[in-house]
Amino acid sequence: MTLEGGSGQMPAPVEGPRIGVDEWVAQVEGKRERYTGVRGVIEREFDRLPPAARVLVFAIPAALFPLVTTEGNVFRYGLFTLVYALLAIGLNVVVGFAGLLDLGYIAFFGFGAYFYGILASPQFNNHWQAEAAIPVVIIATAFLGLLVGLPSRRLLGDYLAIATLFFGQAFVVFVNNANRINFPFAGHVDLTGGSNGLAGIDPFNFFGYKVQGTRPLYYFLLISISLVLILLFFVNDSRTGRAWRALREDPLAAEVMSIPVNRLKLLAFVFGAGVAGFTGAIYGTLATAALPGDYDVGLLITIYAIMILGGFGSMMGIVVGAIVVSSVPELLRASANARPLFYGAIALAILVKLRPWRRLGLEVAALIGFGFAVHAIAAAAYPRLVHGSAIGSDFFARALDHWMLFPQNTKNIVDVAYIILIAAIVVFRQLGQLWRTVLLPPLLYLLMFVWENLLLVQINGATRLILLGALLVALMNARPQGLFGKAYVEIV
Amino acid sequence: MNWSLFFDLTVSGLTLGSLYALIALGYSMVYGILKLLNFAHGDVYMIGAFLGWFALHGLGGPVNPDFAGAAVLVVMFITAMLGCGVLGVAIERFAYRPLRNAPRIAPLISALGVSIFLQNSALLVFGASFRDYNTFSLIGVKVYHVGNLFFSVPQLLTVVSAICLMIALTVFVARSRLGKAMRSTAYDREAASMMGIDVDRVISVTFFIGSALAGAAGVMFGLVFGQIFHFMGFLAGLKGFTAAVIGGIGSLPGAMIGGLVVGLAESYATGYLPQGSTFQNLYVFALLILVILIRPSGLLGKAVVQKA
Repeated sequence: MTLEGGSGQMPAPVEGPRIGVDEWVAQVEGKRERYTGVRGVIEREFDRLPPAARVLVFAIPAALFPLVTTEGNVFRYGLFTLVYALLAIGLNVVVGFAGLLDLGYIAFFGFGAYFYGILASPQFNNHWQAEAAIPVVIIATAFLGLLVGLPSRRLLGDYLAIATLFFGQAFVVFVNNANRINFPFAGHVDLTGGSNGLAGIDPFNFFGYKVQGTRPLYYFLLISISLVLILLFFVNDSRTGRAWRALREDPLAAEVMSIPVNRLKLLAFVFGAGVAGFTGAIYGTLATAALPGDYDVGLLITIYAIMILGGFGSMMGIVVGAIVVSSVPELLRASANARPLFYGAIALAILVKLRPWRRLGLEVAALIGFGFAVHAIAAAAYPRLVHGSAIGSDFFARALDHWMLFPQNTKNIVDVAYIILIAAIVVFRQLGQLWRTVLLPPLLYLLMFVWENLLLVQINGATRLILLGALLVALMNARPQGLFGKAYVEIV
Repeated sequence: MNWSLFFDLTVSGLTLGSLYALIALGYSMVYGILKLLNFAHGDVYMIGAFLGWFALHGLGGPVNPDFAGAAVLVVMFITAMLGCGVLGVAIERFAYRPLRNAPRIAPLISALGVSIFLQNSALLVFGASFRDYNTFSLIGVKVYHVGNLFFSVPQLLTVVSAICLMIALTVFVARSRLGKAMRSTAYDREAASMMGIDVDRVISVTFFIGSALAGAAGVMFGLVFGQIFHFMGFLAGLKGFTAAVIGGIGSLPGAMIGGLVVGLAESYATGYLPQGSTFQNLYVFALLILVILIRPSGLLGKAVVQKA
């Protein structure tokens, strides 16, 4: 309640006993932001469900998904979404619960896949049963996590990030070249197949039942995720879970409260590694091979994007994040899908940012007029600039031809425009309100020009990662706690 | 002992080491002031190498340049350093400044985003193929030797100019008013701002200098190794940070020594350790872990007492 303004009015009486209690502390046990309205109702109802039931909220639609769609869609969207989600859930324990920035996480994932491959593939002619192999893989990966994590006891925060990033890189170098190592006693052993990887990894074989094919694997993954989620819901409310969160909020205060900080950090790290190793084993059977290229920085960034989108520490948010991050790039593969997504995002941003409506209408009209003017001038002065045409043959693409510039055989113009665009966005942020209003239409036009002529052309190459990188920066600027994460209200 | 191999390895280690030291300086300065791991630093170095390449080709190319070789070189360095400096300041404004009071992990993620963005923008604009510096005709291929130490011209140029830059930086930080402001900001940002120091400006200057040094290192890499590509920043950034940690992060002489240690270690590992040319990065990683275990604060770093 506020007492500012000095208007002489008494503040509205607050219901319930509030005397002597800080308002925020009274409302929540943590220091968390609370939503109001529909969102708040949903959130509160969700919080009241028992942990197992919360998992069902996500598990039931996911279980129905393969029944309503084709095998190909289950493979393309379903399997990878679940693999990413399981990976992100494990990473969330390390980063979201314990606050350790682990950039070597993918190496544990790769280690799981390789180790399962060693236990169950023609490489060493081992064909272990899954009920034996999976626990062994999980324990071995967790042990590796322990080894990597031990020096991290000494590493305060950021050093851990670089040490683990280096570890991830070292892992890729190692599996790429391990076929050339001569061991001191054993002699030459081809552990990883080098750059060809381990091929022909067995499907999981539980007591004679083989988990083979898209749908059985999908359900296996779904059950695994549900079990891990239920486990985590319980861990979250346990002594350890509370200690982890205390540690993330303030390591020094946690230590003063006699929480064993180092041991808990290590525990979180090892837990995350175990989940990653398990996911790796699943991925090994899914891909029937372990290839060094699969465990590179690209995947690490994807998993981080999922976790950030979901919000640190929020487990259901991560499932949503996995769905978004794994299906959007798949959708973006086709330029027919990419264009509506891009323009939709821009339209949404303008709708949210530009108020009042009069200003919005004015800016859009200015943009359209600007486009026609530029097109007319270019057609008269430099016809070369309009000789190309938009990708696609639908109505929208043909309409764009009369409005947007499409230079022919002039990669240089487009490249320069891209660099100018980046510079323009940086400068635009420093400008005052008036200049922003005036310069917004040309900036949008430039953005669309670059999109149509460069980014859309390269949609399967660099574009998707560029958009991902830009998204990370923009998201951190707008909501440092992640999309679905809750802001922590500082009580000073 | 094969002394000529040893001297060859030493010279190439020193060359690599001065590159790493220049990169490490940028990391260390930024970390000292903001306690932020600037993941995008390696990519700034990559952009520097490309800016140098464009300056070289803007002046007529390496084979028959419009000016004398030395002038072309100076223009290349100035272009790369200025361009990268401005880029560094822009990155700080755009990606880090809004997050200065956010939880620690937010700027790290933002830095990761900038790094991906720069890398893939370079892939988009410059293409995936290697670009040749091909500067051998420009600066000569003559090899000098002092006893058994054989130096090629680019190697000599790199080591000497790196040392000059480091001396200039040390003098700047130790003697100038702005350098003093930087040191006090690194010591205690809040107190510095209460003493009337414009902390935002100091941070901008720090980013400018650090990124300019990385840009110079990028050009040097092109001169020595001849080929540049869009992904070169990742590993170089990793090694630069390793150097900064080994030397003691936040300490400028530490970054220089750390760079030389990492460069020499990598070079000797290539020559002497089993399968060194394949696993050199693994050996550097092992060195990093070893140093962290024995001296967590680095060779020249001071142990910090954690404050709330």
